[in-house]
Amino acid sequence: MIILRAFYFFFDFVHYYWKLLQQNTHKDMKDIKINQEPEVTLELAKEHGLTEWEYNRIFELLGRQPNFTELGCFSVMWSEHCSYKNSIALLKTLPKTGKHLLVEAGEENAGLVDIGNGHAIAFKIESHNHPSAIEPYQGAATGVGGILRDIFTMGARPVAALNSLRFGDLGNPRVKYLFRNVVKGIGDYGNCFGVPTVGGEVYFDKSYTDNPLVNAMAVGVVRHSRIASAVAKGVGNPVMIVGSATGRDGIHGATFASEDLSEESESKRPSVQVGDPFTEKLLLEATLEVIKANYLIGIQDMGAAGIICSTSEMSFRGGSGMDINLDLVPTREEEMTAYEILLSESQERMLMVVKKGYEDRVTDIFNKWDLHAVTIGTVTDDQYLHIWKDNDLKASMPASSLVLGGDAPVYKRETSRPKYLDKLNTIHLDNYKEPSDYNDVLVDLLGTPNIASKQWVYDQYDSMVQTNTIVGPGSDAAVVRVKKTNKAIAVSTDCNGRYVYLNPRRGAQIAVAESARNVVCSGATPVAITNCLNFGNPYDPEIYYQFSEAIAGMRDACTVFNTPVTGGNVSFYNESPTERVYPTPVIGMLGVIDDMSYVTQSGFVNEGDKIFIAGELTKGHLGGSEYLALIHKTITGDAPPIDLQKEKLLHDFVLQAIQEGLIQSAHDITEGGLAVALAECCITGNARSIGATVNISATLRQDALLFSEDQSRIIISVKAHNLNKLNKLYENYSSIVLQEIGVVGGDELLINDTIKIKSSVLSDRYYSGIREIMERAESKQIINTEQ
Amino acid sequence: MKEQARAAVIVFPGSNCDHDAFFALRKIMGIDTRFVWHKEESLGETDLVILPGGFSYGDYLRCGAIARFSPIMKDVINFARNGGVVTGICNGFQVLCEAGLLPGALVRNEHLRFVCKDVYIRVENNDTRFTSQCSEGEVLKISVAHGDGNYIIDAEGLEELKKNRQIVFRYSDENGEISDAVNPNGSLENIAGIVNREGNVLGMMPHPERAMEDLLGKRDGKKIFESVINSIIQVNNYISAE
Repeated sequence: MIILRAFYFFFDFVHYYWKLLQQNTHKDMKDIKINQEPEVTLELAKEHGLTEWEYNRIFELLGRQPNFTELGCFSVMWSEHCSYKNSIALLKTLPKTGKHLLVEAGEENAGLVDIGNGHAIAFKIESHNHPSAIEPYQGAATGVGGILRDIFTMGARPVAALNSLRFGDLGNPRVKYLFRNVVKGIGDYGNCFGVPTVGGEVYFDKSYTDNPLVNAMAVGVVRHSRIASAVAKGVGNPVMIVGSATGRDGIHGATFASEDLSEESESKRPSVQVGDPFTEKLLLEATLEVIKANYLIGIQDMGAAGIICSTSEMSFRGGSGMDINLDLVPTREEEMTAYEILLSESQERMLMVVKKGYEDRVTDIFNKWDLHAVTIGTVTDDQYLHIWKDNDLKASMPASSLVLGGDAPVYKRETSRPKYLDKLNTIHLDNYKEPSDYNDVLVDLLGTPNIASKQWVYDQYDSMVQTNTIVGPGSDAAVVRVKKTNKAIAVSTDCNGRYVYLNPRRGAQIAVAESARNVVCSGATPVAITNCLNFGNPYDPEIYYQFSEAIAGMRDACTVFNTPVTGGNVSFYNESPTERVYPTPVIGMLGVIDDMSYVTQSGFVNEGDKIFIAGELTKGHLGGSEYLALIHKTITGDAPPIDLQKEKLLHDFVLQAIQEGLIQSAHDITEGGLAVALAECCITGNARSIGATVNISATLRQDALLFSEDQSRIIISVKAHNLNKLNKLYENYSSIVLQEIGVVGGDELLINDTIKIKSSVLSDRYYSGIREIMERAESKQIINTEQ
Repeated sequence: MKEQARAAVIVFPGSNCDHDAFFALRKIMGIDTRFVWHKEESLGETDLVILPGGFSYGDYLRCGAIARFSPIMKDVINFARNGGVVTGICNGFQVLCEAGLLPGALVRNEHLRFVCKDVYIRVENNDTRFTSQCSEGEVLKISVAHGDGNYIIDAEGLEELKKNRQIVFRYSDENGEISDAVNPNGSLENIAGIVNREGNVLGMMPHPERAMEDLLGKRDGKKIFESVINSIIQVNNYISAE
């Protein structure tokens, strides 16, 4: 083995220098293409985004200077996007194991959780922020496409998609353009592919003006016997490329995603790939057919860094190598170089290692779906990638040298507590005058885009295809039936970036807590998370402080809730010369519902039901609240305090109450506080507008009582005849609060003596908040085009 | 002797409601159902053909415009011309119009956006094989999910549709009132579904296969499948009695 490797090494060495010599002596005779291949220098390496240290490290790993093609490979594989070099050390501190996990984080394309009955759930969230900032429609569409491929390469059929989106202020015309086209891109891709888009979140804040965040999550179902792995094994097994032909689109997409956005970013528009959901749908069906037929050894999606990423990662996982002949790769453009073919991020492609002798059968299946499946190489046992083109060895690198977990660099960066924290964290409520009319404030809050219904968005998504959607968009979590079992899953994405900005550790704890609370409210037991960590430039110590604190907060919360991290994605460099995004660690939570009868929704159901707050008392914490942001135009204070142990007890209590059939509705209190949450309970149920009368005493200012965003509070409604049972159950949970506050009924929402307003007025404002802004813009746009 | 009804669900590349139709017919209605791949040339033995929703060939040209040239469509057209029962749902409706089995066309929604939501449709004619289990004027809760569901036809064609009572469903509110406000796509006269003149081919934009179970919040679509299966069984019984 060692001898073999030494031989290869020697062979590479000789071959390389022979080529170099030849190039130099016959310079004039070489064709233009090769003459254009630039000389590899430190400057060129820097242009590729590599540091001097990294450039020297490549010399060490190869034992020689890299050639141009190899430099390209290292630059993308060692980009932040592929290598996680600035995050992996901290990510490894997150809890990663649990009794239901079938693979550990990072082992495969997505996390895998056992749900019993021989079925498992594959799920993951991923960012597509930079492409969406430049070309929102394709950027968002290919984000969806990429995450769907991650799911079906595990052998799982995607059954649900969600999106966590952040934009600037909707008053800005470019923001409107980004918002409209991101939504359309997500819709067009998912709708055509045939996966229901069942939920997610949309926030607006001016920190996201230049850097919108587009995080796409997908969830799939797989039988244990059909789980596929992203591994290359077995010397002589053929390596096949399947799906679309390879073009020049998306070259250096991964590198592009690993730097700040700037004026020049616009010129990188060609780095944005173009999506084709129809081909992806065919690819899904063909892939699952090949997996079912048991012809497959391993499979990996081609996303960031294209062929070089999938060949190196699959080889590394299997302890193998590969000989690849790029002349065999179907291309859709002429005269593509090895560099271009290896780095292309053309969409809707996969790399497969299949059992030797079954190539023709695999090809037949793909041909049935009108797709390519072409053998481009074989698995070897020398742990090297040998890349050939035009009978030249274009690159020869140990697979491990390129990949995360192998020799890709790992950094832990400097941290420094941001100066803004001390300035913002103190808050003097006396500086903010109490509003004179609370009805107006409530209506304004319900209409503000951060709180208003996202119906304008989700009506553009097919949320029902596959006929499993029990609870679609607009409730706390989406609930999807798993056919062939008696179970359902609940999924939710959450993060309040404002909280994380004001207190990174606590903000991240809250993000996990809220996502768990959301699935609990729908009747599910939280089981695992995926995360998408959106931050600024990690080389800035203040940003890295936010990042490391957020990881710590996530670790705290996931440990208490028993929800391990199954994987996800890190997106740094979300900043422009003028602003940086709020640190936004988005949590995608998976919950399991063991019995369909547990499914619970947020809206009030029956007149006469009693209303309770379970969890914590309302303490009047207004820091970081939507109320301060909207009404007093200020983002200040600390994130609301949270006691994770009490939060966990609250989840257990509400779940047990749901499972015992004691609860009619459950809705957690978040942005906008108690008043907004009560309003939502009145207007999001099937009735769309039912009333409630609430009396809650507290020695607080009314605005603090109504709009504070104190954590660990769930509004539940209960049938009168279940009150005794509920109180009995509560005896086991007496360290949390269970406070009766009112009764469902009538057509008005009445809170103390401060709020008295028709539910239909609340409903109108809530459902028209975003629609009005977008349709006003549309009618203007139509007039402009007509002129 | 009671004959069982048999159904065939056509699978085009890009069909994505094929499994839903299959599930509705096989698991919920309990009838013998199979998929037929679009490259096949014969439907085989069947009583009912479903053209499911989705994005056949990606709908990159015009919805349904390429699917109508799939090899199986020749036999679907023969089957329909011989009186066989055909239902096109959503993309299937578009394919039926492109194939000339139904009059008119479906164009881009008036507001230019894809729309997916629950709507109400009013049964305009219950004297069809697809609506016999509904009462006239009955309102069904059902969902739509399409980008091109805006039905158009020329004035003469519209007159024909009305004269022959071919308009089967219109978008309405939950009380059966018809207005622009409840029209999800700008469809002419709120038309949601029509039959051919002979009454054996139905095209509808809403998805009855999504409205089959209380668990998913609606079950009115079941009445459409019950109607069509009943009519098939009646015909089959009649034929075997002969």
